[in-house]
Amino acid sequence: MTTPAPIAEPHETPRPEAAAVPALSIDGVSHAYGARRALTDVSFSVQPASFTALLGLNGAGKSTLFSLITRLFGIQSGRVSIFGHDVSKSPGEALRLLGVVFQPRTLDLDLSLTQNLLYHAALHGIGRREAAARSAELLGRIGLTERAGSKVRDLSGGQMRRLEIARALLHRPRLLLLDEPTVGLDVKARADIISHVRQLVTEQGIGVLWATHLFDEIMAGDDLVVLHQGKVLALGPMTRVVAEAGAQDVNTAFMRLTGAQTMPGGGA
Amino acid sequence: MSSITTRDAPRGFSAQEYLTCLTGIVWREGLRFLHQRERFVSALVRPLVWLFIFAAGFRQVLGISIIPPYETYILYEVYIAPGLMAMIQLFNGMQSSLSMVYDREMGNMRTLLVSPLPRGFLLFCKLLAGTAVSLLQVYAFLLIAWFWDITPPPSGYLTVLPALILSGLMLGSLGMLISSGIKQLENFAGVMNFVIFPMFFASSALYPLWRVQEGSPYLYYLCEANPFTHAVELIRFALYGQINWISLAVVAICTIVFMIGAILAYDPSRGLARRGPAGGEG
Repeated sequence: MTTPAPIAEPHETPRPEAAAVPALSIDGVSHAYGARRALTDVSFSVQPASFTALLGLNGAGKSTLFSLITRLFGIQSGRVSIFGHDVSKSPGEALRLLGVVFQPRTLDLDLSLTQNLLYHAALHGIGRREAAARSAELLGRIGLTERAGSKVRDLSGGQMRRLEIARALLHRPRLLLLDEPTVGLDVKARADIISHVRQLVTEQGIGVLWATHLFDEIMAGDDLVVLHQGKVLALGPMTRVVAEAGAQDVNTAFMRLTGAQTMPGGGA
Repeated sequence: MSSITTRDAPRGFSAQEYLTCLTGIVWREGLRFLHQRERFVSALVRPLVWLFIFAAGFRQVLGISIIPPYETYILYEVYIAPGLMAMIQLFNGMQSSLSMVYDREMGNMRTLLVSPLPRGFLLFCKLLAGTAVSLLQVYAFLLIAWFWDITPPPSGYLTVLPALILSGLMLGSLGMLISSGIKQLENFAGVMNFVIFPMFFASSALYPLWRVQEGSPYLYYLCEANPFTHAVELIRFALYGQINWISLAVVAICTIVFMIGAILAYDPSRGLARRGPAGGEG
C-alpha cells in the first residue's frame, strides 16, 4: 500500500522534459464511505501527451477517484501526484497544473460566458487583462465568440460542455480530467468534444484522463484503465488490453474482464 | 519562456495572485446578488417593515431614556435602526451560507475548491464577499431610513463602516460554521429559525437592555451573552462616531473563533459523499 513511488522528486528534476514524471500518478489509493469501499488499491498513471480512458460502469468509483485527484475529498490511503506534486502535501502546485471538467455542470447559469471564464481565471490568480485575452481566444476556439455576452443558461448542452472545457484550459493546465463529459449530448456534440480533446493531446501535449462508460469513445492508440467495483482490472495500451482479454474489441474485452452480463446501451 | 520552469519548481503564490482571487470572488458574488433582484428587495423590505410598521406602533409603548451613545431623547425608530442594520447582516450571513450549501449540492462549489489557492483563503474570500453584499444592503437601508428621519451625523456613515465589516464577518462566519454542520439543504430552514429569531429577539436590537433587566434578569444575562447584542451595540456606537470597547472585543473575538471554526469544520465532501453510499455515482 505504501510502497515508495518510483517518481523523481520535483525539486531534483527542474527540467520539465524529464520523461520520468508522469502527468498523473495514482499509487495504491483506497477510499471508503463509512463501511462501503469505493476504491481498493488503485494504481495507474497518465503520461503527458497521452489520452487515457478510464472505463467503468456507473458506480465503479470513477467520480470518487476524480474527487480525490481534485482534493475535494481527503485521501485516506495511497498517494496521488500531478507532475510529481503530491496532491495532499502541496495541493497548490498540483492543482495549478490541473484542469477539470466535472460530470455535473458547474457553470454559473445567470452569468455570461465571459463572466464565467473571468471568475475562473481570478480563482487561479490570473490578472484581469490577461484573463480577458485568454477568454476571448478560447471562446474563439470553441466557436462561441458571438455568444460571449449571453447568459450561460441560454446555451445548449453541448455548448455548455465546450465552455466548461475552455474554462478548464484557461489557466493552461498540463493535465486535463474529464468525468463522462459527453453524457446527455447528441451525436454531433459528442463528436465535436471528443475531437477537440484529442487535438489538445496531439497539438498541445496535454495529458488527458477521460472517464467514460461508452466504448466507442476509445481509440486504438489510447491507454486504457478498466475500473470495476473500485478495483483496476486491467491497464495498458488499449490494443494490448483487448488482446490479453482474448477479445476482438473493447466491448467484449470489458465484459470478459468484469463478467458483466448486460451493458448500458449495448447488448450482451 | 519562464512558464517552462514553473511546471516543476514550486513557486507558491504572489500577493498579486491572492488579491486577484479575492477581487474575483467578491465581484462574482456581487454579480450574483444583482441578478437576484428578489433577494435584494426582500433584504430591504424586511427591515423596512420593522421600521415603518413595528416601530411606529411601538413608539408610544416604549419610552427610551437618554442612553449612550445618544445625547438627547430619541424616537424609537432611531433606537432600532442599528438593530435592523445588524439584522440585515444576520439574514445575509445565513443566506450566504445557505447558498454555499446550495452550491455544494449543485456542484458549483467545486469550481471554487479546485482553485490552487489555499482552501482557508478561499473560504475567507467567500466571507468577505458576503460581507460586501451585506454592506450594499445596509447602506441602501440607511438611505431610505434617512427619509424617515433617521439621521445620524454625516461622519457616522463612514465611521460605521469598519463596525459593519467586522459584524458582517462575524455573522457570515457563524452562518458558515452552522452550514458546515448541515448535511443537506432541507435542514437549513429549521436551523435558521433556531438561530435567527432567538439571536435577534434576545438582544438589544429592539429594546435597551436596562428595560429587559427590569422585566427578567435572566433574559438580561442571556442578552448580554449574545454576540448579536454586541454586534448591534458596536454598530450603534460607531454610527455616532463612538467606540463601544466591550462590544468591539466581543465581536472581534467571536469573529476569530467562528471563522477558524468554520474553516476547520468546512468539509467539501459533505453533501457530495452523501451520494456515494446512496448507490449513485460512486
